[in-house]
Amino acid sequence: MALGIITLWLVSVVVFGATQVLPGDAARVILGQNATPERVATLRAQLNLDRPVVDQYWLWVTGVVKGDLGMSLSLHRVPVASIIRDRVKNSLALVLIAAVVGIPLSILVGALSARWRDGWFDMSVTVVTLALASLPEFVLGVGFILLFATSVFHLFPAVSPVSGNVSLWRQMNMFVLPAMTLVFAVAPYITRLLRASMIEVLESEYVAMARLKGVRERVVLRRHALPNALVPTIQGTALQLAWLAGGIVVVEYLFGFPGIGQALVEAVESRDVPTIQAVTMLIAGVYVVTNLFADILTILVTPRLRTGLR
Amino acid sequence: MTTDQVADSILDETAAVSRPKQWATILRDTWSYGRTKVGVGLFAFILLLAVLGPAVSPHSPTQFIGLPFASPSHAALLGTDNLGRDVLARLLWGGWSVVSLSALATGIGMALGVTLGLIAGYAPAWLDEIVMRLLDVVLAFPSIVFALLLVSIEGPKLWLIVLAVGMGHAPRVARVARGATLEVAQNEYVESTEVLGVSRGRILFGEILPNITSPLLVEFALRLAYSVGIIAALSFLGFGIQPPNADWGLMINENRIALSVQPYAVFVPVLLIGILTIGVSLAADGLSRAIVGIERKPGA
Repeated sequence: MALGIITLWLVSVVVFGATQVLPGDAARVILGQNATPERVATLRAQLNLDRPVVDQYWLWVTGVVKGDLGMSLSLHRVPVASIIRDRVKNSLALVLIAAVVGIPLSILVGALSARWRDGWFDMSVTVVTLALASLPEFVLGVGFILLFATSVFHLFPAVSPVSGNVSLWRQMNMFVLPAMTLVFAVAPYITRLLRASMIEVLESEYVAMARLKGVRERVVLRRHALPNALVPTIQGTALQLAWLAGGIVVVEYLFGFPGIGQALVEAVESRDVPTIQAVTMLIAGVYVVTNLFADILTILVTPRLRTGLR
Repeated sequence: MTTDQVADSILDETAAVSRPKQWATILRDTWSYGRTKVGVGLFAFILLLAVLGPAVSPHSPTQFIGLPFASPSHAALLGTDNLGRDVLARLLWGGWSVVSLSALATGIGMALGVTLGLIAGYAPAWLDEIVMRLLDVVLAFPSIVFALLLVSIEGPKLWLIVLAVGMGHAPRVARVARGATLEVAQNEYVESTEVLGVSRGRILFGEILPNITSPLLVEFALRLAYSVGIIAALSFLGFGIQPPNADWGLMINENRIALSVQPYAVFVPVLLIGILTIGVSLAADGLSRAIVGIERKPGA
């Protein structure tokens, strides 16, 4: 827990340092060469650049903790929080859909693959997941657009300008392709993790014991092997979910999906420093917190570790 | 003889018998997997295309040869792009940036990660802890977000992108290098060099590093596949190679608005990037199977 907070603090130092301290005068870079000294001075004051670095950092980080993310430099100077609020909801919905579809699918395929180890199903799963895992998200995404939205079939829209005023269910078709891309980007890893973990469990003595007792294979798999095989994959799965936060940057941009990933790309294009800081902080924060939850969950479901905790 | 020379003569004797034979076996085992042959073949195809492409290109990549988004014809075998340039020419010219920048970024990531991992693995526990915790901080940023963070102020400079992607790799490489170092450092020959009074730097880079090359080689291949994905993604987002230069990632971005009219301008660069990453990871998988004997546990 304490480690998580220290990591978060260091993350905030990196975010702040990269955007505001490192290369000279951020205000001049943002406004360009032709800016008048007055405008530079105004922006410096707005970004608190006229204060000592430690003060600047303190002002920013206390603001973040209180939920005040500062004012955006584009879009008529509105608060960053109001820009990203709806986008966070959209991204969250997208990632949740991908997780809800992707995780059970990976578990099922991984478990069956281990069950029929070295059979034709396992062989094809191994090769397909290896290939899929190596493909960048935008390659998958463009492939799906070509296949399902433009050249071959016309089942789903190629762009997903999700609107905040329409309920999720009525615009579900816009979520299909981005979510599918994320599923195919993440599921191969989890499938491979679970397969490896399941194979290890299936070779263990208690599984052999259960089989010798005459327990049916399906029950052995469901009741004995799977629950134990899941534990080592919790952390890997959490890692992959946190990686989704990186995946959404490219996927949202590709599909024109209004989430925080797209907000980040737009903010980097327009050098909107407060928004860049807020979004990167959020994404890194999600990673740290997800990992922390995974650690806790692993301890809770492992009897040996649980007693060690007391 | 100085102590170092004594140490060298002893170590060279043992090294001479074990290492070359080991490598020959590993490479032969690696090649015995079908996936290695396919992977190396795919990679070689892309490499050839990227290196020889400019020499056989029918046009300059920036020359306007027709109307925008024209369909394939005799003049332009794969049609034209958003500004009426030859898609085939831009494909032939646009591979080298993807391959070279990815290789460079991977090289930087390996150098940084291996150095930090060696130091952490061989250092006292407190220093090990500090180095690894600091690297965990970089790990909290997905590679692409980390790169975007760094280019946000300086703008899309190529050296910055290569450095950012390399730095993003460093923590994961360091974990592998540290783990391998911890294992090797327990061996008697390392202890003996310590007793002989060989300097820390020489033990790390002269004795430990040569003995952890096989896991590092696997890591290099894996990282190369990731680098290609990230570098191409950055170009796709508009933060990599800048127009009017040709680059596969950039081509996808430039031409995706006309996906249904002129799909070749998007489909072929996507396909080539896909072939490259699949090729490299297949080869990496073959290598890791040969070294570990079983498949390496996947994960980032």
